[in-house]
Amino acid sequence: MNAGALRRLFGLLRKEALQIWRDPSALAIAFVLPAVLLLIFGYGVSLDARNVPIALVVQRPGALAASFTSQFARSPFFRPRRFLTIQDAEQAMASRAVQGIVWLPSDFARRAAAGGNSPIGVIVNGVDANDARIIEGYVQQVWATWLTARAEAAGGSAALPLSAQPQVRFNPAVDSRDYLVPGLIAVIMTLTGALLTALVIAREWERGTMEALMVTRVTINEILLAKLIPYFVLGMGGMAGSVAIAVFLFGVPLQGSIWVLTATSALFMLAALGMGLLISGFARNQFVAGQIAIITTFLPAFILSGFVFDINSMPRAVQIITHIVAARYFVAILQSVFLAGNVWSVILPNALALVVMAGIFLGLARGTARKRLD
Amino acid sequence: MIRQVLALIVKELLAVLRDAKSRMVLIGPPLIQLLVFGYAATFDLNHVPVAIYDQDPSAASRDLVARFLGSPTFHLVAMLRSPHRINELIDQRQVQLVLVIDRRFTRDLLTGQPAPVQVIVDGRNSNTALLIEGYANTILSDFSLSWGATHGRPAPPAVLEMRARYNPTLSSRWFIVPGIVALLTQVVTLLVVGLSVARERETGTFDQLLVTPMRPIDILLGKGLPGLLIGLFEASVIIAAAVWWFDVPLRGGLLPLYLGLVLFVIAVTGIGLMISSLAGTQQQALLGAFLFMVPSIILSGFATPIANMPVWVQDLTLLNPMRYFLVIVRSVFLEGAGVNALAAQYWPMAVIGAASLAAAGWLFRKRVT
Repeated sequence: MNAGALRRLFGLLRKEALQIWRDPSALAIAFVLPAVLLLIFGYGVSLDARNVPIALVVQRPGALAASFTSQFARSPFFRPRRFLTIQDAEQAMASRAVQGIVWLPSDFARRAAAGGNSPIGVIVNGVDANDARIIEGYVQQVWATWLTARAEAAGGSAALPLSAQPQVRFNPAVDSRDYLVPGLIAVIMTLTGALLTALVIAREWERGTMEALMVTRVTINEILLAKLIPYFVLGMGGMAGSVAIAVFLFGVPLQGSIWVLTATSALFMLAALGMGLLISGFARNQFVAGQIAIITTFLPAFILSGFVFDINSMPRAVQIITHIVAARYFVAILQSVFLAGNVWSVILPNALALVVMAGIFLGLARGTARKRLD
Repeated sequence: MIRQVLALIVKELLAVLRDAKSRMVLIGPPLIQLLVFGYAATFDLNHVPVAIYDQDPSAASRDLVARFLGSPTFHLVAMLRSPHRINELIDQRQVQLVLVIDRRFTRDLLTGQPAPVQVIVDGRNSNTALLIEGYANTILSDFSLSWGATHGRPAPPAVLEMRARYNPTLSSRWFIVPGIVALLTQVVTLLVVGLSVARERETGTFDQLLVTPMRPIDILLGKGLPGLLIGLFEASVIIAAAVWWFDVPLRGGLLPLYLGLVLFVIAVTGIGLMISSLAGTQQQALLGAFLFMVPSIILSGFATPIANMPVWVQDLTLLNPMRYFLVIVRSVFLEGAGVNALAAQYWPMAVIGAASLAAAGWLFRKRVT
């Protein structure tokens, strides 16, 4: 790049900086949007069921039944409510007042004494299947705790022949916020990156100022670079703010190094900005650019990135589709860097994929921009 | 007057559907997304990669291992001979679960000591970790009960008999696909109405519209009805796909479903028009649409339950029409709920719709100074 090109680039950069400074919407997109979204979502998005309202139906009270139901009152997962008949409990479940029913039938104590294996009915509302499974798991824990407590009290041998010793790596408290917040950062930055560039360049096309730029001596490379650099700086600033919120406000541990985080964020930001450039070059007017940005950024990053829905559980064909979502690689990197540390075998392939994505988007954006010059 | 409103509706529909790119955006992506998301958005675990370290190869441990391998949830990646690779496999995400069977496994089983089985789970995705633990616990306690029964151990006083109402196999697709009806309907409706006023403002044609003899309410109708029509049309396509393509049971009637749908689309239209008329430029309108859409989806109960949110966020969701429609669409599909049972969901959407439409109509005039 010769001196003239450098000077032209600096001129363009100054123009972009002035434009950003005068129209605060770019600053709002870069800093306010991620911070507000991360705050609301960080508090709001949780998969941890606590204080689940559950109906207890004890048809014939007794010591055995009382020892079992008292475990529910003690569990942090449940908020038990008593019902006299199973019909009342069913009614409460239909009106969503309780999410499940634990039913001790009238012959509960008799059958327990007669040979054991006395059935306890557990009915959960299965509409939210994920919640229902988690609640079933909690009920099973309560049951196992109850059996162990009874066996200990009786001084006999173990209640169950096996003792399962669960050990959850990287997130021992199984707190869903610790894993959702890093993913949220990736989703929010996808939005920010694409919005920053998609709108701004489409606006220049629409107003005809892009043509005005093109009749000057600046090359298309210089125009693209001058668009990319300021928004890259803004985007990275927003990213830094989001990481600060995650670590200092939500207390998500940052096990990996800050340099790995910065380097991979830069790669991701290039991919996200490249996507925005491509959209704006393709759409050429703000209306369509906006529509495309809404459809291609948020929902795919939300659903196909592995942020809430595990990619391993998706059908093979959909797993292949997820490879074109840049956020997918960034979510994998963030979850590892935050919770596990610098796991190179996770970071390197995903970072490489981000390099490829950024290259493709920026290359395509360059390609669509060139066509316009002819 | 009706002729003029009709003419405005036709003009609005043309404005959206005439542009080939815009038409493509409205029809192609929602259908593709329905298919991809319908399959992608699942909390059900399949083929969870597992490694097993069996330090006590014996008849009893083989029986336990066979139970894990026989389950469609788990998929064996490695049988380990030493503990060295456990950390590596988990760190590199090659497996999500390692089952470690202790050296004393058989001896403890036979002597009545609790036989230790370690279940090591990757907690980076805490939801998956909880579910894997749940599946593993079920297999372990099934093994316990049947081993106890065949080896003369006293039976536990009580056992659990679990059943799930409305969704017996607990398929999360039954939960997510009706949710996608709400999700895509909202996105499409917002795309149609969210920028419509701002675009005309920017080009100056909106002022021309205001000086015609049309009243604000006529302009409101003309601007709002195309969104309603396109939203209802796309929602119907998605509902049909949910029933016939994804085989989600539609247990309730169409009346409670469409009553909710119409109220929902009206509320979203109202909010979209309000954002659009509040904005001075298309860019602001788009930003506003995003600022409404993203939180309204994430805080709707679509993927994570509202009951898990802190109270102040739960209160915030009361303003979110999607929250109510999600309850309606899921209850009608899975529980077969009727209009009466859902009254508490209908009226807030009606209030939100009426308030936002009134505000939009007021803003039409207010902005011209």
